[in-house]
Amino acid sequence: MTRSAHRPRRRLRTAGAAAAVLLALGGCSASGADTSGSVGDGPSGTVTVFAAASLEEGFTTLGERFEKEHPGTTVTFSFGGSDTLAAGISGGAPADVFAAASTRTMKTVTDEGLTAGSPSTFVRNRLEIATLPGNPRGIGSLRDLAAPGLKVVLCDRTVPCGAAAHTALTAAGVDLTPVSYEQDVKSALTKVALKEADAAVVYRTDVRAAGDRVEGVEFPESAEAVNDYPIALLENAPNPTAAKAFVALVESPEGRKVLTGAGFLAP
Amino acid sequence: MTGRHGTPPDPGALAPPSDGGRNGTPTAKAPRTARPRTPGRGVPLLLLAPALLGLAFLLVPLLALLLRAPWRSLPEQLTSPEVWQALRLSLVCATAATALSLVIGVPLAWLLARTEFPGRGLVRALVTLPLVLPPVVGGVALLLALGRNGVVGQWLDAWFGITLPFTTAGVVLAETFVAMPFLVISVEGTLRAADPRYEEAAATLGASRFTAFRRVTLPLVAPGIAAGAVLAWARALGEFGATITFAGNFPGRTQTMPLAVYLALQNDPAAAIALSLVLLAVSVAVLAGLRDRWMRTV
Repeated sequence: MTRSAHRPRRRLRTAGAAAAVLLALGGCSASGADTSGSVGDGPSGTVTVFAAASLEEGFTTLGERFEKEHPGTTVTFSFGGSDTLAAGISGGAPADVFAAASTRTMKTVTDEGLTAGSPSTFVRNRLEIATLPGNPRGIGSLRDLAAPGLKVVLCDRTVPCGAAAHTALTAAGVDLTPVSYEQDVKSALTKVALKEADAAVVYRTDVRAAGDRVEGVEFPESAEAVNDYPIALLENAPNPTAAKAFVALVESPEGRKVLTGAGFLAP
Repeated sequence: MTGRHGTPPDPGALAPPSDGGRNGTPTAKAPRTARPRTPGRGVPLLLLAPALLGLAFLLVPLLALLLRAPWRSLPEQLTSPEVWQALRLSLVCATAATALSLVIGVPLAWLLARTEFPGRGLVRALVTLPLVLPPVVGGVALLLALGRNGVVGQWLDAWFGITLPFTTAGVVLAETFVAMPFLVISVEGTLRAADPRYEEAAATLGASRFTAFRRVTLPLVAPGIAAGAVLAWARALGEFGATITFAGNFPGRTQTMPLAVYLALQNDPAAAIALSLVLLAVSVAVLAGLRDRWMRTV
């Protein structure tokens, strides 16, 4: 009975895995077919952009504009942790553009000679305290986070936002014991959005993206831990013409306007 | 093509010299004692090849872990107090989650196997849902239910001052949520296979239904319970998604081994491999130690 009860589950899993493989293969062949169509002068075909998770809101808007400005093009995004994306590019992922959340991560890609030309910083991001709507605990500075009974979550020091938070806390001379070191910035933010934590140290853009669910509190020490966001065209880009055009849009005044609207700072 | 009758195409290595004829026509030999799992005399290549591939698929990653392990720096990695803190927390939480699963899971399995009520099939399906649900989703669901602001959690906080997220108790609950279905399924299966007439006999002798459960049913299905408990324990030990989502990550309080491995992987793969080796060794030791005693019945 035990065994027969397990069997359908295994079948389900197999089916799931098969479906995942099919989807992945489908995705590959589709993008492969599209990118081959980049002939002529203007950009056409598919541009594949690997971008840090914090860029999701801004880049999605820019992607739509790009497709409208250049009919016949499709922008495909892969948003994720910068380190994960960099590992994918090193592993031969067919990407055209890479936008990272830190220069250190971009350096791992340039060091391998995988970028075409040198990367340029297109925006910067700084930290902010995210707290509950209306700021019921009256948080006004980093020092306030050390108040007893206050539940604070930070990013783990192994991920960029945690390293930046550590730098800022050290600069402020605040010794803080959080309830949790979260695995990425979005999980830290979610803990506040769900009201499980009273405050989190996250990026300014994350506070914007969360809308009414959290309230942002700026603090001066965030100037000590500003992240530069570099963007680069990749050496093995399947569609360099369209990729160049997309990078140009990101760096244009129009692109900057969209990104600063999402909370980024001009470089 | 493999022959359906007679000798298989690959008789060499695996077939013993004497042909028992179990593959084809029945022989005049006296029927063997009932061992339904006894395989045929030969192994068809069409089964053997994927079987070996499957075995390799499962074992090669573990082998790679051993091959790429930073053996030189291993003693240094393993003597750090953080590792032992995480390991101790993992063992304590997995054991507590298994105990909790036993206390509430065995009665649940009994209910599903031994009573009739409308919608029982649906209830059983719901019980197994955490098996197919991504654990992170389970963690979010736990937050919405038992979090400080959750459906149930807000009352726990208001009435008793209990908040579960970011606590060791939260880790135990997250692991129980993910691991208990393994126990329930295993025990329910054993119960269904067990003959209910023993319990009926106990009832005719005057035992109450609870006494019959305690004195007759429990001893009868003990192997199934033990096997389910081992499965649940192993699943709880490896739990990652629900734990980090519901209980967060703080060394010594909620950072179990899988969380430590994941975070170490971000910037120190060697440390992650060392931690993985410890977890692997513990899992193998426990499963091997229990195998002879319990797992054979499953």
